[in-house]
Amino acid sequence: MTKDECKQVVLNIIADIAPDEDLSNVKPDVRLRDQLQLDSMDFLDIVMELRKRHGIEVPEADYMQLASLDSCAEYLTPKFNALAGRQ
Amino acid sequence: MKPSRIVITGVGLTAPNGNTLAEFRANLLAGKAGVESMEIRYMGSQLAGVCHYDPLKYQKKKEVRVGTRAGSISIYCAREALADSGVNFETLPKDRVGIYIGCTEHGNVETENEIYNISKFNYDTKFWSHYHTPRTVANNPAGETSLNLGTTGPAYTIGAACAAGNMGLIHATQMLRLGEVDFAVCGGVSESIHTFGIFAGFKSQNALATHEDPLKASRPFDLARNGIVISEGGALYTLERLEDAQARGAKIYAEIAGYHVNSDASDYVLPNPVRQTECIRSALGRAGLQPAGIHIVNTHATATPLGDIQECEAIRAVFGENCPDTHINNTKSYIGHCMGAAGALELAGNLPSFDDLTVHPTINVDNLDPKCDLPGLVLNQPRKAAKVDTILNNSFGMLGINSTLIVRRFVP
Repeated sequence: MTKDECKQVVLNIIADIAPDEDLSNVKPDVRLRDQLQLDSMDFLDIVMELRKRHGIEVPEADYMQLASLDSCAEYLTPKFNALAGRQ
Repeated sequence: MKPSRIVITGVGLTAPNGNTLAEFRANLLAGKAGVESMEIRYMGSQLAGVCHYDPLKYQKKKEVRVGTRAGSISIYCAREALADSGVNFETLPKDRVGIYIGCTEHGNVETENEIYNISKFNYDTKFWSHYHTPRTVANNPAGETSLNLGTTGPAYTIGAACAAGNMGLIHATQMLRLGEVDFAVCGGVSESIHTFGIFAGFKSQNALATHEDPLKASRPFDLARNGIVISEGGALYTLERLEDAQARGAKIYAEIAGYHVNSDASDYVLPNPVRQTECIRSALGRAGLQPAGIHIVNTHATATPLGDIQECEAIRAVFGENCPDTHINNTKSYIGHCMGAAGALELAGNLPSFDDLTVHPTINVDNLDPKCDLPGLVLNQPRKAAKVDTILNNSFGMLGINSTLIVRRFVP
């Protein structure tokens, strides 16, 4: 998985948990909470959907890694690839 | 000191056969029921009363996703009632608005959904939703409504089984009279059709209606009645003290005339006609009315073989003689049993009688059970009434809770 593909995975999840938001111009380097109406429960939703849909675990200590699309890609891409390697 | 006069100034509802009072009433007069087949988890196709309002009229998609069906129904009904009341909501002090919503139960739907969800993950509870708790707290429907409206006064639910719809109005009346709030949004809601447990429970009790024609399935007082049609729905009202309503020139639907709530203390599920009679008589006493002064009695009857007979016994004891102007009807024959919404919806369906002097009938009675034959029973066709100045609404629930609410035509 590339980092761009990883960003799309995260955007797909956000599209489901924040269906009123326009995601066409999400800036990858800006905190998601600063450009979208997302609260702490929504971030727990992102964590839950990563777990449910992709088998990815994000420990609470790492939640800050999900702040922006760029940081999501940095943090999650190796996890996706490690998982793919195991499979 | 004489208690404040409390009046109904707005109605918002969603029923299986209508999403506004006008639509609901038109269908009650036209004999149009609203029961359909619905897939119920683990049980297959079952008969249910399903509401078809548009949740996105007043909620964002995210609110619908995060919230509950009961919350969504409450928000729809509250917004509709506020719009109907004509109140300038922007200028209303939000900390003086109370929200009191009756519920039969709350949380079963959301808990069943989560158990089903984790069943897909080998029952690993790390897949249990973090929304489960806010969705299942007992105040959820009222809390979601306060979030949506931005009101900061008291907002909570009243758990009273199937007597709950009346209880919302009764409690709001009390709070307005106590001066706890200046404006109330109140009534009852139900999301019960989304829990298989209620279908399975009534089925195990041999109390779930079946019929080849869904529209004929709910048939209180008919000899062939065979149980309850479970339904969802909601009816919320705006209630105000008379002087406040008059000061803003509000349209007044009716005045709260009297009410009573009591308990059977006799059985978990079986009704108790003696206590029901006491409840009706006490409500009449508080309203300062004799039985003959009631022009419409809306029954609770749910179409169970025994329950209908017992309520008829109670009604006969009060209205059986010398009540030539008392008409008796039933709304569940159209919409099934809307549980916590039942009392509130059934009252709403009768309120227009003050204007059109017409009593909507009980439908689906092909062969009247002689044990349910009451003087004044309006069967299958609407009846014109010489006068409609008062409506008495019965709602009874499990664990033996009885509620009777009486409203009267508003006369300044």
